[in-house]
Amino acid sequence: MSHSDATAAPAPAAVQGATRIKAVILLAMLGFLLLVPMFLYPIFLMKILCFALFAAGFNLLLGYTGLLSFGHAAFFGGGAYFTAHAVKVWGLSPELGILVGVIGAAGLGLIMGLIAIRRQGIYFAMITLALSQMFFFFCLQAAFTNGEDGIQSVPRGIFLGVLDLSNQINMYYFVLGVFLLGILAIWRIINSPFGMILKSIRENEARATSLGYTVARYKLAAFVMSAAIAGLAGSVKSLVFQFATLTDVAWQMSGEVILMTLLGGIGTLIGPVIGAGLVVTLQNYLATSPLPVTVITGVVFMVCVLLFRRGLVGEFYASRIGRRLGFKSDS
Amino acid sequence: MTATPVQQDQPRVVLSARGLGKDFAGFTAVNNVDLDVEHGRIHALIGPNGAGKTTVFNLLTKFLTPTRGSITLLGQDITAKKPAEVARLGLVRSFQISAVFPHLTVLENLRVALQRPNGLATQFWRSLSSLDRLNPRADELIAQLGLTEYRDTRAMDLSYGRKRVLEIATTLALDPKVLLLDEPMAGMGLEDVRTVADIIRDVARDRAVLMVEHNLLVVADICDRVTVLQRGEILASGDYATVSTDPRVRTAYMGTDA
Repeated sequence: MSHSDATAAPAPAAVQGATRIKAVILLAMLGFLLLVPMFLYPIFLMKILCFALFAAGFNLLLGYTGLLSFGHAAFFGGGAYFTAHAVKVWGLSPELGILVGVIGAAGLGLIMGLIAIRRQGIYFAMITLALSQMFFFFCLQAAFTNGEDGIQSVPRGIFLGVLDLSNQINMYYFVLGVFLLGILAIWRIINSPFGMILKSIRENEARATSLGYTVARYKLAAFVMSAAIAGLAGSVKSLVFQFATLTDVAWQMSGEVILMTLLGGIGTLIGPVIGAGLVVTLQNYLATSPLPVTVITGVVFMVCVLLFRRGLVGEFYASRIGRRLGFKSDS
Repeated sequence: MTATPVQQDQPRVVLSARGLGKDFAGFTAVNNVDLDVEHGRIHALIGPNGAGKTTVFNLLTKFLTPTRGSITLLGQDITAKKPAEVARLGLVRSFQISAVFPHLTVLENLRVALQRPNGLATQFWRSLSSLDRLNPRADELIAQLGLTEYRDTRAMDLSYGRKRVLEIATTLALDPKVLLLDEPMAGMGLEDVRTVADIIRDVARDRAVLMVEHNLLVVADICDRVTVLQRGEILASGDYATVSTDPRVRTAYMGTDA
């Protein structure tokens, strides 16, 4: 348990200093994201951003509502398929294609959520897994997904009719923009009146009910929002890689996003982002090495769970430096 | 008829149960319970462990579905309603194990309770500062229950007694018509018991209170009416003086025929 003792509340001047330091950290991160394509391969960076957004959306549910979904691949992969189809077959612009992906994923989320939301813990996880496997099978069989082949050579198109996304650098800044908007949306949701109720449900569901909140409805809303953000991440990924395949809807993808979120830190806004960066980087560098990727990520995961249960960012927040900066670790 | 008459107009029944029963897989936990809770009165539900007191609470607040019987709240049949609906109609409960939101501050705990009645629960696009307009009412309740000093303390860092007080405060935030308190003084020190008893007496002036309590001194002191449960059935009901001299109650409680 993280005890931030009430007696040692920082003085106002210290709080101001901490806010300044936090602002500097935020600006540094922004600057890094703006400049990093000069040094690193843009496709690799865009992949990280897509998975980071996916994990952050997943964490909206796990970290801030306390629901462990084992079926988020359905929304990520579903968003990818819908966007790829809309852009390639219907000839929609990238922004409209992404909108189709997000709405589609949210719709899937609504259906799955209505079925799963009344169950808790392991039952909830298992139902979401089963439903996402059903969606996997649908994608394997449906005509528009092209089965094992997937939807190939999806055109990136021209954003708002001005920005040519086939240019790698343009595409990077487009993806960065979507990523930042997505993170901003999550930040707003968790720091809103609605987010407060989600937090209270996670803290004590029976109490929230006895205060008159229809808990299932709030959970369902959070589930749909989380699905929409996962869908947004998948949509953008299909444009980045210009294809949508079964990999994105497979259950391993649902597992991977849990790994990323736990590694970075549940219930922190940037934890999943860091976790996703780490996992994707590991996969990327180990892909060319003789070491087996899954074994290495498995070991990393075990070390993380055994040594830093709050995840990397969560541990930092709970550390003395993190506490001095006024970060709150919620769990 | 009552030991402590409350300056009220006509006492009226706000919550009543008729023939309430609950079976768990063949085991009858509660059977044939009739209960009338009146406005402006404190009604105690007592009985030995396992008598079914908490089950009755769960049935009244619809956390459990009754097998038999009906429940009426303010003239409305609520037998088929859901727990959150019942709460919105004005029947609000507390829990045996203190139910607060541990990682939220005292102020935030109260604001969560105030958010729904003030229509500020579903806005996911607004900032948290939109909740600041709940602060005056929250602070009022905090002051009323003597928690001002702890306004910005996280609930988990409060002492046990203060957690219970905080829970009562959040319950009052809903301005309930009927308040159900499940052992509000369990595990409290003498000082806290007195504080909470005063609070309960105070809040019962303009609402009905039904409480489960083991501390018979408190029951004798503040409750207008006592219902004794044993093995899921009503053993006796009436004011404390009548009930406490009932030989069956003495047997159930002391195990003697004294």
